[in-house]
Amino acid sequence: MSLLDMTAVELAAAIKEGKTTAVEATREVLAQIEAKEELYNCYVTWDKDAALAQAEAVQVGIEAGELNGPLAGVPVAIKDNMCTKGMLTTCASKILGNFIPTFSAEAVLNLQREGAIILGKTNMDEFAMGSTTETSAFGVTKNPWNPECVPGGSSGGSAAAVAAEECFYALGSDTGGSIRQPASFCGVVGMKPTYGTVSRYGLIAYGSSLDQIGPLAKDVTDCATILEVISSHDTKDSTSVEREDTDFTKALVEDVKGIRIGIPNDYFNEGLDDEVKNAVLQAAKVLEEKGATMGHFDLGLVDYAIPAYYTIAAAEASSNLERFDGIKYGYRTPDYAGLHNMYKKTRSEGFGEEVKRRIMLGSFVLSSGYYDAYYLKALKVKTLIKKAFDEAFAKYDVILGPVAPTTAPKLGESLVDPLQMYLGDIYTIAVNLAGLPGISIPCGRDSKGLPIGLQLIGDCFQEKKLIQSAYTYEKARGKFPTPAKEVR
Amino acid sequence: MANIINDETIEYVGILAKLELSDEEKEQAKRDMGRMLDYIDKLGELDTEGVEPMSHIFPMQNVFREDGITNTDTRGELLANAPEEKDGMFAVPRTFE
Amino acid sequence: MAKEYETVIGLEVHVELATKTKIFCGCSTAFGAAPNTQTCPVCTGMPGALPVLNKQVLEYAIAVGLATNCDITRYGKFDRKNYFYPDNPQNYQISQLYLPICKKGSIEIETQAGGKKKIGIHEIHMEEDAGKMIHDAWEEWSLVDYNRSGVPLIEIVSEPDMRSAEEVIAYLEKLRLVIQYLGASDCKLQEGSMRADVNLSIREVGATELGTRTEMKNLNSFKAIARAIEGERARQIDLIEEGKAVVLETRRWDDAKGESYSMRSKEDAQDYRYFPDPDLVPIVVSDAMLEEIKAKQPEFRTEKMARYKEEYDIPDYDIDIITSSKHMADLFEATVAICNQPKKVSNWLMGETMRLMNEKEIEPQDLSFSPENLAKLIALVDSKAINSSVAKEVFEVMFTQDIDPNEYVEENGLQTINDEGALRKTIEEVITNNPQSVKDYHNGKEKAIGFLVGQTMKAMKGKADPGMINRILKELI
Repeated sequence: MSLLDMTAVELAAAIKEGKTTAVEATREVLAQIEAKEELYNCYVTWDKDAALAQAEAVQVGIEAGELNGPLAGVPVAIKDNMCTKGMLTTCASKILGNFIPTFSAEAVLNLQREGAIILGKTNMDEFAMGSTTETSAFGVTKNPWNPECVPGGSSGGSAAAVAAEECFYALGSDTGGSIRQPASFCGVVGMKPTYGTVSRYGLIAYGSSLDQIGPLAKDVTDCATILEVISSHDTKDSTSVEREDTDFTKALVEDVKGIRIGIPNDYFNEGLDDEVKNAVLQAAKVLEEKGATMGHFDLGLVDYAIPAYYTIAAAEASSNLERFDGIKYGYRTPDYAGLHNMYKKTRSEGFGEEVKRRIMLGSFVLSSGYYDAYYLKALKVKTLIKKAFDEAFAKYDVILGPVAPTTAPKLGESLVDPLQMYLGDIYTIAVNLAGLPGISIPCGRDSKGLPIGLQLIGDCFQEKKLIQSAYTYEKARGKFPTPAKEVR
Repeated sequence: MANIINDETIEYVGILAKLELSDEEKEQAKRDMGRMLDYIDKLGELDTEGVEPMSHIFPMQNVFREDGITNTDTRGELLANAPEEKDGMFAVPRTFE
Repeated sequence: MAKEYETVIGLEVHVELATKTKIFCGCSTAFGAAPNTQTCPVCTGMPGALPVLNKQVLEYAIAVGLATNCDITRYGKFDRKNYFYPDNPQNYQISQLYLPICKKGSIEIETQAGGKKKIGIHEIHMEEDAGKMIHDAWEEWSLVDYNRSGVPLIEIVSEPDMRSAEEVIAYLEKLRLVIQYLGASDCKLQEGSMRADVNLSIREVGATELGTRTEMKNLNSFKAIARAIEGERARQIDLIEEGKAVVLETRRWDDAKGESYSMRSKEDAQDYRYFPDPDLVPIVVSDAMLEEIKAKQPEFRTEKMARYKEEYDIPDYDIDIITSSKHMADLFEATVAICNQPKKVSNWLMGETMRLMNEKEIEPQDLSFSPENLAKLIALVDSKAINSSVAKEVFEVMFTQDIDPNEYVEENGLQTINDEGALRKTIEEVITNNPQSVKDYHNGKEKAIGFLVGQTMKAMKGKADPGMINRILKELI
């Protein structure tokens, strides 16, 4: 068995037992990156020498018994919107094409403290705006299951890197589905925790009230382990929540007896691909057979989540992205006449189309005379959506549904019609508006061989119920194939 | 299309957002924004009378830090990313006539 | 007949709070450091950095609100004010629009006519200061220093209740006194820790509607404020008399030229797109928090004046002057605490201190000598180690350099010479050398003795005790 077949937790155990070393694992995964990157383009930046230097240091720490965590010595890929000290951090944008942070994101530090080896930075939709990773300024990432398809987005590089075994696990960020949807398209496990569970310090903001960092992993065990390591109460992030129940690996229990699962009828309406629908309902049946109780209900307001989301996210983004102005860091246009011309040219040349589209929309909905009609209205709808979930969670522990209406589309199909692309987020977006945790796990493949994702949604702070349900399902499902073996 | 975005609006949004669009981009932006606003207008179907707007999910409050100095001089690092620098400061096109 | 106009003025006063660190990060607020050496990712708008509120800022803001009779907002938030300018590293300023921390207050000023007038305070909100821009006429660049970026400010917005420059200055002086007493700021106009923007409009006397106002910025002294008000009043009256309209705009006052000019540009939309900052959580002011801040409120001026009257035997006039500056009152109390001689301390403050302040154009809050040294000086005089004219000489040095008077007297050999034998010998010489004066004295010219004392003091290089000279002289002649 190749080291690359191992999960992160298996690899860490093997290193700890002396069966292999962090250096050997890093060499192997670097060889895989070298072999596959030209085809998949999962990374914006990867640094062979830096990775090997870290691996050597970490191996020393492991042998000295200083690093004995469940992920010590395991190479990881980080989405390129998380700051990494001394390593290029671009948000897949020309405007940050040369930006080298002076500090690392808290989530990254949490991993490094446990002996993670940072391989590099993964490709993404520019500033996390998109669902396909096609808005990256540094080329598209291809889906390892079928290189003619997108890997999903915005954390497409992270999901594809896990699927293509170009890393053992990855961090992504999820503002409207950006971890769960690419995990679904790439056949890996991805989880967005409750808002405030993982520090946002060092995550380059898109929609601050919606953004959360989370893991993309080979299985539920890895996912729970990673989440346990990256969760922390960070005094540098005012929205970071102090919680004591972050021992998520405790929930890796194969049992769903008594767990009440709700299936929202409005997640299975027209627009949902039949193959996806069948696979998801089949997964529900598996959980029911394992002892979960199953009920159908109307969640309501599903059609309103997307317009509310795009109003709020665009408004926050328009403000968050004002700091990219050619003065302190990043790109500055070479030719300009005066300050305001410099601002306009720098930003117009530095940002891509989708980012500009959202900045303009956000500036408009916040502008004088429109604030109440758009932004405030969206915040009120958010209240209603949260209330709808509260009512659902009074009856159910877990909400079960699809991650996306379809499997991965072909490259180039989505950006033609942005609004149509936004509609693809219909099952993931409300989770961010309500701050809920959600997990995506592979539950089958369509007739084209592309993976299908099952989404489980929990109430705030109820990650453990999700992990327990997902783990039980995963055990019943059996090992999900990897594209590396299937496709080549 | 219910929302017609005119030239002045796009010009105005360009000033607010500091973006400069070509004529072609402007036409595209007018169409995109109009369509998006039509879609967002769907929110108007919901009665939100008396509903409190929610900016934070949790009732978190009063997150403070104590008034103690924790930072040291890191000017060198700070300026390393500057596109243009002079005398330990960020250089920008002259703003004062 | 010429129309009569009334000037309607409201103020927006920015006050830099006296915290050790910035409002949202742990960078020092100390004045005068090398450019960009007091900065971090938060106050320079680095990607990924997040703000966390300095608790002291909130406490100072509430304290100022309580001292100006405001309602304290029990559920408050921060909002982002979006506009592009290089001194604003995020291109939005974190401020408060929708739920400012204090509302609906007032302070009372004394008018020139001797009456009292209440000036309304519309609101007080917390916000972050911007960085500093440095311009050089010969360079193509402007340079940005973010040391000041993120220094905490409160903005105190008055109602348009003032009608003259005198009222404006009385209001500012009162506000400054209250804030200095609280210790919330040193309120120095020249250094920019207190800045006033003047909103001014004109209307015909008797009119009830407000005219269109302008906002004037860049006013660095009370004199500049008075001149700007006069200038703007005249400009607006001219416009109205010419049948033109006053434009709602921000204007920059150029005090050297004595005129203002419009700051508007077409790239300036003045549409700040305020919205609640999602990076900061709401502020909930509990009863307990309010009580705690109230308990920490210092003694204000009227209370202090009453107490001085009770505790110290010094004239009302002295009390009035000493308490008109928190710093001077602190200096007074600290010195009295050491030497327990209120009358003498007061005399030093009212006499030599005031004289030197006038001479050197120094504001009371800038007095730099320490209470310890003033107490030592008083002790030196009391013990007759130095005489009063030497003491004044020593005080003048202390006033500018805060030297230790004991050491200074020692090093410069200024001690009074108490060696009676030596003095007697000198006086004998003086008597021998001035027979005419001795004769005059014997002939009843009392004044002649003064001359002889002076001659002796001169011979002793000023270091003798005048009382002792008098006694020995009278004995010898």
